[in-house]
Amino acid sequence: MFDLTGKTALVTGASGGIGGAVAKALHGAGATVGLSGTREAPLQELAAELGERAHVLPCNLSDAEAVEALPKQAVEAMGGLDILVNNAGITRDSLFMRMSDEDWQSVLDVNLTSTFRLCRGVMRPMMKARWGRIVNITSVVATAGNPGQGNYCAAKAGVTGMSKALAQEVASRGITVNCVAPGFIATAMTDKLNDEQKARISAGIPAGRMGAPEEIAAAVLFLASGEAAYVTGATLHVNGGMDMV
Amino acid sequence: MSDIADRVKKIVVEHLGVEEDKVTESASFIDDLGADSLDTVELVMAFEEEFGIEIPDDAAETIQTFGDAVKFISEAA
Repeated sequence: MFDLTGKTALVTGASGGIGGAVAKALHGAGATVGLSGTREAPLQELAAELGERAHVLPCNLSDAEAVEALPKQAVEAMGGLDILVNNAGITRDSLFMRMSDEDWQSVLDVNLTSTFRLCRGVMRPMMKARWGRIVNITSVVATAGNPGQGNYCAAKAGVTGMSKALAQEVASRGITVNCVAPGFIATAMTDKLNDEQKARISAGIPAGRMGAPEEIAAAVLFLASGEAAYVTGATLHVNGGMDMV
Repeated sequence: MSDIADRVKKIVVEHLGVEEDKVTESASFIDDLGADSLDTVELVMAFEEEFGIEIPDDAAETIQTFGDAVKFISEAA
Protein backbone atom coordinates (compact mmCIF):
# COMPACT_ATOMS: atom_id res chain seq x y z
CA MET A 1 0.00 0.00 0.00
CA PHE A 2 0.97 3.62 -0.61
CA ASP A 3 3.68 2.85 -3.13
CA LEU A 4 5.00 6.05 -4.74
CA THR A 5 7.67 4.45 -6.90
CA GLY A 6 8.19 6.54 -10.03
CA LYS A 7 6.36 9.56 -8.60
CA THR A 8 7.96 12.95 -8.06
CA ALA A 9 7.12 15.16 -5.10
CA LEU A 10 7.92 18.75 -4.20
CA VAL A 11 7.83 19.57 -0.50
CA THR A 12 8.10 23.16 0.71
CA GLY A 13 9.41 23.93 4.15
CA ALA A 14 11.39 20.71 4.03
CA SER A 15 13.97 22.15 6.40
CA GLY A 16 11.36 22.20 9.16
CA GLY A 17 10.14 19.45 11.46
CA ILE A 18 6.94 18.53 9.67
CA GLY A 19 8.29 19.16 6.16
CA GLY A 20 11.33 17.00 6.81
CA ALA A 21 9.17 14.17 8.10
CA VAL A 22 6.88 14.47 5.07
CA ALA A 23 9.83 14.35 2.69
CA LYS A 24 11.17 11.25 4.45
CA ALA A 25 7.80 9.51 4.33
CA LEU A 26 7.26 10.18 0.61
CA HIS A 27 10.85 9.22 -0.16
CA GLY A 28 10.47 6.09 1.93
CA ALA A 29 7.46 5.11 -0.19
CA GLY A 30 9.62 5.32 -3.31
CA ALA A 31 9.06 8.88 -4.53
CA THR A 32 11.73 11.19 -5.88
CA VAL A 33 11.58 14.29 -3.68
CA GLY A 34 12.39 17.94 -4.25
CA LEU A 35 13.29 19.57 -0.97
CA SER A 36 12.46 23.25 -0.86
CA GLY A 37 13.05 25.76 1.88
CA THR A 38 14.67 29.07 2.64
CA ARG A 39 17.71 27.70 4.43
CA GLU A 40 19.88 25.59 2.17
CA ALA A 41 22.13 23.90 4.75
CA PRO A 42 19.44 21.81 6.47
CA LEU A 43 18.05 20.86 3.05
CA GLN A 44 21.47 19.61 1.98
CA GLU A 45 21.73 17.64 5.21
CA LEU A 46 18.36 16.04 4.63
CA ALA A 47 19.21 15.25 1.00
CA ALA A 48 22.45 13.62 2.11
CA GLU A 49 20.53 11.55 4.64
CA LEU A 50 18.00 10.43 2.03
CA GLY A 51 20.66 9.64 -0.57
CA GLU A 52 19.35 8.94 -4.07
CA ARG A 53 16.14 10.46 -5.41
CA ALA A 54 16.53 13.69 -3.40
CA HIS A 55 17.00 17.17 -4.90
CA VAL A 56 17.61 20.43 -3.09
CA LEU A 57 15.56 23.36 -4.43
CA PRO A 58 16.02 26.42 -2.20
CA CYS A 59 13.30 29.06 -2.51
CA ASN A 60 12.27 32.13 -0.58
CA LEU A 61 8.49 31.96 -0.60
CA SER A 62 8.08 35.67 0.01
CA ASP A 63 9.80 36.27 -3.34
CA ALA A 64 7.06 36.06 -5.99
CA GLU A 65 9.44 35.43 -8.88
CA ALA A 66 11.24 32.66 -7.04
CA VAL A 67 7.90 31.02 -6.25
CA GLU A 68 6.84 31.18 -9.91
CA ALA A 69 10.11 29.55 -10.94
CA LEU A 70 10.04 26.74 -8.36
CA PRO A 71 7.65 24.32 -10.13
CA LYS A 72 9.69 24.60 -13.33
CA GLN A 73 12.91 23.98 -11.43
CA ALA A 74 11.32 20.96 -9.79
CA VAL A 75 10.23 19.53 -13.14
CA GLU A 76 13.72 20.07 -14.55
CA ALA A 77 15.40 18.44 -11.58
CA MET A 78 13.05 15.50 -11.17
CA GLY A 79 11.63 15.02 -14.67
CA GLY A 80 8.06 15.64 -13.56
CA LEU A 81 5.89 16.87 -10.75
CA ASP A 82 3.16 14.56 -9.51
CA ILE A 83 2.83 15.57 -5.89
CA LEU A 84 2.99 19.01 -4.28
CA VAL A 85 3.05 19.42 -0.53
CA ASN A 86 2.65 23.03 0.55
CA ASN A 87 4.02 22.81 4.03
CA ALA A 88 6.08 25.97 4.45
CA GLY A 89 4.68 28.51 6.83
CA ILE A 90 5.62 31.36 9.09
CA THR A 91 4.06 32.92 12.15
CA ARG A 92 4.17 36.53 13.26
CA ASP A 93 2.06 36.35 16.39
CA SER A 94 0.69 39.36 18.16
CA LEU A 95 -2.51 40.47 19.79
CA PHE A 96 -5.03 41.56 17.23
CA MET A 97 -5.13 45.15 18.50
CA ARG A 98 -1.38 45.41 18.18
CA MET A 99 -0.93 43.57 14.90
CA SER A 100 0.92 45.61 12.29
CA ASP A 101 -0.03 45.62 8.63
CA GLU A 102 3.40 44.18 7.95
CA ASP A 103 2.89 41.17 10.24
CA TRP A 104 -0.51 40.59 8.70
CA GLN A 105 0.75 40.83 5.14
CA SER A 106 3.90 38.75 5.50
CA VAL A 107 1.93 35.84 6.98
CA LEU A 108 -0.70 36.08 4.24
CA ASP A 109 2.02 36.31 1.57
CA VAL A 110 3.99 33.26 2.64
CA ASN A 111 1.19 31.04 3.93
CA LEU A 112 -1.61 31.80 1.49
CA THR A 113 -0.34 33.62 -1.60
CA SER A 114 2.70 31.42 -2.16
CA THR A 115 0.50 28.34 -1.78
CA PHE A 116 -1.82 29.78 -4.43
CA ARG A 117 1.10 30.46 -6.75
CA LEU A 118 2.60 27.00 -6.33
CA CYS A 119 -0.75 25.29 -6.87
CA ARG A 120 -1.21 27.33 -10.05
CA GLY A 121 2.32 26.53 -11.16
CA VAL A 122 1.93 22.76 -10.91
CA MET A 123 -1.38 22.61 -12.74
CA ARG A 124 0.17 22.33 -16.18
CA PRO A 125 2.25 19.19 -15.59
CA MET A 126 -0.50 17.59 -13.51
CA MET A 127 -3.23 18.30 -16.08
CA LYS A 128 -1.08 16.85 -18.83
CA ALA A 129 -0.36 13.76 -16.77
CA ARG A 130 -4.03 13.39 -15.81
CA TRP A 131 -2.73 12.67 -12.33
CA GLY A 132 -1.78 14.94 -9.49
CA ARG A 133 -1.83 15.24 -5.73
CA ILE A 134 -1.75 18.50 -3.85
CA VAL A 135 -1.61 18.37 -0.08
CA ASN A 136 -1.74 21.68 1.73
CA ILE A 137 -0.69 21.73 5.34
CA THR A 138 -3.09 23.96 7.24
CA SER A 139 -3.63 23.99 10.98
CA VAL A 140 -6.14 23.25 13.67
CA VAL A 141 -6.35 27.02 14.18
CA ALA A 142 -7.90 27.41 10.72
CA THR A 143 -11.13 26.07 12.22
CA ALA A 144 -10.61 26.60 15.94
CA GLY A 145 -8.96 30.03 15.96
CA ASN A 146 -6.19 30.97 18.36
CA PRO A 147 -5.63 34.21 20.22
CA GLY A 148 -2.56 36.06 18.99
CA GLN A 149 -2.71 34.39 15.59
CA GLY A 150 -5.31 36.37 13.69
CA ASN A 151 -3.08 36.54 10.63
CA TYR A 152 -2.09 32.87 10.74
CA CYS A 153 -5.68 31.69 11.31
CA ALA A 154 -6.87 33.80 8.38
CA ALA A 155 -4.16 32.47 6.08
CA LYS A 156 -4.76 28.83 6.99
CA ALA A 157 -8.54 29.14 6.70
CA GLY A 158 -7.90 30.81 3.35
CA VAL A 159 -5.87 27.82 2.19
CA THR A 160 -8.72 25.50 3.20
CA GLY A 161 -11.26 27.39 1.10
CA MET A 162 -8.89 27.79 -1.82
CA SER A 163 -8.16 24.05 -1.79
CA LYS A 164 -11.86 23.23 -2.05
CA ALA A 165 -12.32 25.57 -5.01
CA LEU A 166 -9.33 24.12 -6.84
CA ALA A 167 -10.39 20.57 -5.96
CA GLN A 168 -13.70 21.12 -7.74
CA GLU A 169 -12.03 22.59 -10.82
CA VAL A 170 -9.57 19.79 -11.43
CA ALA A 171 -11.24 16.68 -9.99
CA SER A 172 -12.17 15.48 -13.49
CA ARG A 173 -8.50 15.49 -14.45
CA GLY A 174 -7.37 13.01 -11.83
CA ILE A 175 -5.96 15.71 -9.59
CA THR A 176 -6.89 15.81 -5.93
CA VAL A 177 -6.42 18.74 -3.59
CA ASN A 178 -6.62 18.12 0.13
CA CYS A 179 -5.47 19.60 3.40
CA VAL A 180 -3.87 18.12 6.47
CA ALA A 181 -4.57 20.17 9.57
CA PRO A 182 -2.04 19.43 12.30
CA GLY A 183 -2.85 20.15 15.90
CA PHE A 184 -0.15 20.75 18.43
CA ILE A 185 2.97 19.15 16.95
CA ALA A 186 6.38 19.27 18.60
CA THR A 187 8.51 21.37 16.21
CA ALA A 188 10.60 24.53 16.26
CA MET A 189 7.49 26.54 15.40
CA THR A 190 5.49 25.40 18.41
CA ASP A 191 8.53 25.95 20.64
CA LYS A 192 7.97 29.66 20.08
CA LEU A 193 4.61 29.57 21.83
CA ASN A 194 4.83 30.72 25.43
CA ASP A 195 4.20 28.41 28.39
CA GLU A 196 0.75 29.83 28.99
CA GLN A 197 -0.27 29.11 25.41
CA LYS A 198 1.22 25.62 25.56
CA ALA A 199 -0.49 24.79 28.84
CA ARG A 200 -3.84 25.99 27.57
CA ILE A 201 -3.54 23.99 24.37
CA SER A 202 -2.24 20.82 26.06
CA ALA A 203 -5.13 20.80 28.50
CA GLY A 204 -7.51 20.63 25.56
CA ILE A 205 -5.99 17.60 23.85
CA PRO A 206 -7.91 14.40 24.56
CA ALA A 207 -4.89 12.33 23.50
CA GLY A 208 -3.00 14.03 26.33
CA ARG A 209 0.17 14.66 24.35
CA MET A 210 1.64 16.64 21.51
CA GLY A 211 1.79 15.02 18.11
CA ALA A 212 4.93 13.98 16.28
CA PRO A 213 5.87 15.24 12.81
CA GLU A 214 5.78 11.62 11.59
CA GLU A 215 2.09 11.48 12.45
CA ILE A 216 1.44 14.36 10.06
CA ALA A 217 3.65 12.78 7.43
CA ALA A 218 1.58 9.58 7.54
CA ALA A 219 -1.57 11.54 6.73
CA VAL A 220 0.20 13.31 3.86
CA LEU A 221 1.48 10.01 2.51
CA PHE A 222 -2.06 8.64 2.40
CA LEU A 223 -3.44 11.68 0.57
CA ALA A 224 -0.52 11.60 -1.89
CA SER A 225 -1.08 7.96 -2.74
CA GLY A 226 -3.00 6.35 -5.57
CA GLU A 227 -5.28 4.79 -2.96
CA ALA A 228 -6.62 8.25 -2.02
CA ALA A 229 -7.83 9.00 -5.57
CA TYR A 230 -11.44 9.45 -4.42
CA VAL A 231 -10.58 11.82 -1.57
CA THR A 232 -10.57 15.44 -2.64
CA GLY A 233 -11.43 18.80 -1.12
CA ALA A 234 -11.09 17.19 2.29
CA THR A 235 -9.20 18.17 5.39
CA LEU A 236 -7.66 15.40 7.42
CA HIS A 237 -7.46 16.62 11.01
CA VAL A 238 -4.51 15.18 12.88
CA ASN A 239 -4.76 16.74 16.29
CA GLY A 240 -5.21 14.13 19.00
CA GLY A 241 -8.87 15.03 19.23
CA MET A 242 -8.36 18.66 20.29
CA ASP A 243 -10.77 19.93 17.64
CA MET A 244 -13.25 17.49 16.19
CA VAL A 245 -14.74 18.94 13.02
CA MET B 1 -6.55 23.54 -45.78
CA SER B 2 -3.35 24.96 -44.37
CA ASP B 3 -0.85 22.94 -42.43
CA ILE B 4 -1.63 24.96 -39.30
CA ALA B 5 -5.34 24.23 -39.59
CA ASP B 6 -4.61 20.51 -39.94
CA ARG B 7 -2.45 20.47 -36.85
CA VAL B 8 -4.98 22.48 -34.84
CA LYS B 9 -7.78 20.16 -35.95
CA LYS B 10 -5.78 17.10 -34.93
CA ILE B 11 -5.32 18.50 -31.42
CA VAL B 12 -9.02 19.39 -31.12
CA VAL B 13 -10.15 15.99 -32.35
CA GLU B 14 -7.80 14.15 -30.02
CA HIS B 15 -8.48 16.29 -27.00
CA LEU B 16 -12.24 16.64 -27.21
CA GLY B 17 -12.89 13.24 -28.78
CA VAL B 18 -15.09 14.66 -31.54
CA GLU B 19 -15.54 13.64 -35.19
CA GLU B 20 -13.26 15.46 -37.58
CA ASP B 21 -16.11 16.75 -39.75
CA LYS B 22 -17.65 18.49 -36.72
CA VAL B 23 -14.58 20.72 -36.43
CA THR B 24 -15.62 23.45 -38.85
CA GLU B 25 -14.42 27.02 -39.18
CA SER B 26 -17.24 28.38 -37.01
CA ALA B 27 -17.45 25.46 -34.57
CA SER B 28 -17.42 26.77 -31.01
CA PHE B 29 -15.33 24.66 -28.66
CA ILE B 30 -17.84 25.04 -25.86
CA ASP B 31 -21.20 25.30 -27.66
CA ASP B 32 -20.60 22.89 -30.53
CA LEU B 33 -17.78 20.59 -29.51
CA GLY B 34 -18.73 19.92 -25.91
CA ALA B 35 -15.69 21.47 -24.26
CA ASP B 36 -15.89 22.76 -20.70
CA SER B 37 -13.91 25.79 -19.55
CA LEU B 38 -11.04 23.62 -18.34
CA ASP B 39 -10.90 21.90 -21.75
CA THR B 40 -10.40 25.29 -23.40
CA VAL B 41 -7.46 25.99 -21.08
CA GLU B 42 -5.98 22.63 -21.96
CA LEU B 43 -6.48 23.24 -25.68
CA VAL B 44 -4.61 26.52 -25.41
CA MET B 45 -1.82 24.72 -23.53
CA ALA B 46 -1.67 22.12 -26.31
CA PHE B 47 -1.58 24.80 -29.01
CA GLU B 48 1.25 26.58 -27.21
CA GLU B 49 3.26 23.39 -27.15
CA GLU B 50 2.53 22.29 -30.70
CA PHE B 51 3.43 25.66 -32.21
CA GLY B 52 6.03 26.87 -29.70
CA ILE B 53 4.15 30.07 -28.99
CA GLU B 54 2.84 31.88 -25.91
CA ILE B 55 -0.86 32.61 -25.87
CA PRO B 56 -1.56 35.22 -23.18
CA ASP B 57 -4.71 34.80 -21.08
CA ASP B 58 -6.50 37.79 -22.58
CA ALA B 59 -5.86 36.44 -26.08
CA ALA B 60 -6.90 32.93 -25.03
CA GLU B 61 -10.29 34.29 -24.03
CA THR B 62 -10.94 35.49 -27.57
CA ILE B 63 -10.31 32.03 -29.03
CA GLN B 64 -13.83 30.64 -29.02
CA THR B 65 -14.01 28.71 -32.29
CA PHE B 66 -11.77 26.49 -34.38
CA GLY B 67 -11.48 29.37 -36.87
CA ASP B 68 -10.40 31.75 -34.08
CA ALA B 69 -7.65 29.35 -33.06
CA VAL B 70 -6.30 28.89 -36.57
CA LYS B 71 -6.37 32.65 -37.19
CA PHE B 72 -4.60 33.47 -33.93
CA ILE B 73 -1.93 30.82 -34.38
CA SER B 74 -1.34 31.73 -38.04
CA GLU B 75 -0.64 35.29 -36.98
CA ALA B 76 1.50 34.33 -33.97
CA ALA B 77 3.54 31.44 -35.35
